[in-house]
Amino acid sequence: MSLTGGAPASINTTQKIGVLVGMAGLFILLLATFNVNLGNQAVWLAIALSAITAGIIVFAKGAYANKLPGIKNDGVWFKSMSSRGVLGWMAGIALTGFYIILYFYAGVLGLGQGVDGANTGLVGLFDPLSRFLSGNPASQWFVYGTLYTIAILAFGIKFMWKYRHNRYEQLRTVSVMFFQTAFAFVIPELMARLNTDNFSLPYNDLKLMWPLNYYAFDQWRVDQFINAQTVGLAFLIFGILTIFVISPILTYKYGKRWYCSWVCGCGGLAETAGDPYRHLSDKGMKAWKLERWMINTVLVFSVVMTTAVISTYLGYDSTKYWFTKNTFLISVGAFLTLVFAIVLYYKKDQLNTSAFKGAIGAFVITIGFLVAMSFMDFSQIKINASYFSFGLNTNEYALDGAMRTFYGFGIGSIFSGVIGTGFYPILGNRVWCRMGCPMAGILGIQQRLFSKFRITTNGGQCISCGNCSTYCEQGIDVRAYAQKGENIVRSSCVGCGVCSAVCPRGVLKLENDSLKGRINPKDVLLGNDVDLMNYVNNK
Amino acid sequence: MYNVFQKTGISCLCENLKQQPSMEEHIVIIGNGISGVTTARHIRKLSNKRITIISAETDHFFSRTALMYIYMGHMKFEHTKPYEDYFWKKNRIDLKNAFVENVDHANKNLQFADGSTMAYDKLVLAVGSKPNKFGWPGQDLKGVRGMYSKQDLDALEEYAPNNEVCKRAVIVGGGLIGIELAEMLNSRNIPVTFLVREESFWNGVLPAGESAMINRHILNHHIDLRLSTNLKEIIADENGRARAVVIPETGEELACDFVGLTAGVSPNIDFLKDSGIELGRGIKVNRYLETNIPDIYAVGDCAEQHEGIGMRRPIEAVWYTGRMMGETVAQTLCGNRIEYKPGHWFNSAKFLDIEYQTYGWVFSERSNMEHQQLFHWKHEDDTKCITVATEVGTGKFLGINTFGIRMRHEVFDRWLTEERSSDYVMENLATANFDPEFYKHFEKEILSAYKSENTFAKA
Repeated sequence: MSLTGGAPASINTTQKIGVLVGMAGLFILLLATFNVNLGNQAVWLAIALSAITAGIIVFAKGAYANKLPGIKNDGVWFKSMSSRGVLGWMAGIALTGFYIILYFYAGVLGLGQGVDGANTGLVGLFDPLSRFLSGNPASQWFVYGTLYTIAILAFGIKFMWKYRHNRYEQLRTVSVMFFQTAFAFVIPELMARLNTDNFSLPYNDLKLMWPLNYYAFDQWRVDQFINAQTVGLAFLIFGILTIFVISPILTYKYGKRWYCSWVCGCGGLAETAGDPYRHLSDKGMKAWKLERWMINTVLVFSVVMTTAVISTYLGYDSTKYWFTKNTFLISVGAFLTLVFAIVLYYKKDQLNTSAFKGAIGAFVITIGFLVAMSFMDFSQIKINASYFSFGLNTNEYALDGAMRTFYGFGIGSIFSGVIGTGFYPILGNRVWCRMGCPMAGILGIQQRLFSKFRITTNGGQCISCGNCSTYCEQGIDVRAYAQKGENIVRSSCVGCGVCSAVCPRGVLKLENDSLKGRINPKDVLLGNDVDLMNYVNNK
Repeated sequence: MYNVFQKTGISCLCENLKQQPSMEEHIVIIGNGISGVTTARHIRKLSNKRITIISAETDHFFSRTALMYIYMGHMKFEHTKPYEDYFWKKNRIDLKNAFVENVDHANKNLQFADGSTMAYDKLVLAVGSKPNKFGWPGQDLKGVRGMYSKQDLDALEEYAPNNEVCKRAVIVGGGLIGIELAEMLNSRNIPVTFLVREESFWNGVLPAGESAMINRHILNHHIDLRLSTNLKEIIADENGRARAVVIPETGEELACDFVGLTAGVSPNIDFLKDSGIELGRGIKVNRYLETNIPDIYAVGDCAEQHEGIGMRRPIEAVWYTGRMMGETVAQTLCGNRIEYKPGHWFNSAKFLDIEYQTYGWVFSERSNMEHQQLFHWKHEDDTKCITVATEVGTGKFLGINTFGIRMRHEVFDRWLTEERSSDYVMENLATANFDPEFYKHFEKEILSAYKSENTFAKA
């Protein structure tokens, strides 16, 4: 039996050319990393980036151009790259390695390794582009940002080709391509040009909200915004408005997809470069149980950590800010209590026992920390960072800084980067979004309880085939709902729309509709005896 | 009414034994497809009875309709299982992998192929179908298979793993399974010749415009579609394996390594021949899904109504009718004896890249239904069309077929119940649209075509 010998596992000539061209581009970057003198950096950088982009697009052409529009999942589970085969593992290890170097050993990439701290190697290769945009030399983050943007653009084109019959998928992809290129890359780089000796703004990706952006309210950032007067304050206020006003409104109207699969950069990469791995997410009950605990724990942690960081600098620097430490802590506590009370009052019936217990636990822990903060000065409690960074960081930190550092290391670097993206070919493309993102956690709670969004199930048409569940990147067992005729209302759904696309019977539709009848489990589906349906379903 | 009071009878015998599962009635279900499994699930929801499901096909329930996606590499077998393996034990549904050879209803006993036996109190036959064979010479050769069971899939993987082992495959029979098998083989770049007896694909069911559109779509996928073409015989090589088919119309001998027989299915009831259970083409059941033998029921593909319900056929080998029979018979088995009363007809399928849905009744021209009049609209891209059937004289909406446009089941079900006119349906078609957001809508175009055609004057 030669399962892998089937034709779908092989790639055609055009695709091979694409791989070759793309690899040539990566090879140039590798040569630069090893400080091979290539001559004109700007030219070689342009060649390398063009080759990577062209390679991906040529590969997509080979894959889809000669096929009729439709679902293109033939051979997904036969291909080594997309079924945790040798190629998949190699890609996973390479990506993981790249992230570890990027986060912890930027010197290897040539950051500040030259004369007078000038860049060499890979970072040096990106200097011309960085100077062109912001006027400054490149950093490892500029290298990463550029490659990230190129990945979203080129794999975005591939994804749009793959789904050329599906306008929802196409528009969504254009949207993430735009937000990544403009908001996360070009605009912040150009704005860095405005910085002078007495005016400077932090690198500000307008769409990168707290708590996904865990350093959004770090003192240095807030100080920079405040010092930048009107413009800075406007950005700061806009940032706060997105969290407390804009996001809740959009999530109420459209579900969390407005962010997770239309705007977010992490989501953008997952939906484009990560698309070939979406089926690798674990759909089992155990994974779901792990998910609920993990994502909500990270959310609590991020709230506590951010509050600790802010309250600390409000504490020792109270003259600089409008708030004092205790006013701040009391307002946070009051706000959380209010939100919690509203949820319990209106939605208690929608929380099952374990969700209810979890919510109570999370609330008590958070409030407990707030109380502790008001009575203790976290900045006076010292902790050595080597305990929680596997020795990668040996500095001593105050407790607030330690929480911030642990969060930045454990959640920001390891979880969202190394595991979240490096493990695409092993765990699927949304493991960070599903298990770790605190932003997804908040939006998810709102989506589950206060949103018009749902995936509607089409009466009795489901044949339980399992395409929807298999291709759900968030590991939702979509079929379990569809075969019960029940709408899918899940906090983790990012609204990518692929379940609906791959359904062979037209059973699923993402839509925003009234709150009434949004959750509608049935024992007997539409199509059977009306009396039986009434008898069983209304019992 | 013989089974209604049994449960209460047992309960009254000895109150404290009620808790003992062993004293609960033993319901045995033969077949772990959608109808058998739905029966078991609903019995469990309603009662504490002892339930055993027997199958010789697989250990666990899987979605038969998804077998094609395993071969195409969209899914693995485990993905086709709608319930995780722990589900059965948790819900106290016993699974037994065995082949039933004989049903001894006098002693309420089953005899298995390995010689062992099992007693039952009530028996549900949910044994499904088998592919039709019409006595073609060579139909039982190696490399000749239907596409119905897990074993069929395994055989396909053996005889047609790729286009080196299988240089050409021939499919005989132009129905839903035939076109799925063509899509499967096509996904592995195996050249496919598709023999269809009719002059246009599935035109016993589909109106001409739709059938013709699907013909063109099949050809666009580089499948060698041969209409009005039959199979004369399948020729063996020296190892008893199919090596060619002979086409009677042309006398052509077409070399191939795999032959798929997809000329429909019929109930899988050979093992019941001498059981005393009344058989026709299937297992004869009344509207309560009861056979002629007390305490034996039949559901799903294998059940044959004495008379078709409404315009439905006596045997319906459709996924959801199997499910609905399971939902119904479980009520009866748990003391709430009710008739099987399916609602309005609906169905769906996918022809390569084109999805198909139907609600209500639309008959093909070949069915010679003089009471219906058809309105047909087709998009210029040749992948979308709809056909609406209207009752002649009254203007009543009878049904709709849609290709490449998704519709809402709930809305059409309601309109059929309300007996709306086709004029009303066409005016309100947008309400029923179920396509993904941002898709182009065609309701205006369809409505203006409908109005300009003005095929039926309002009575």
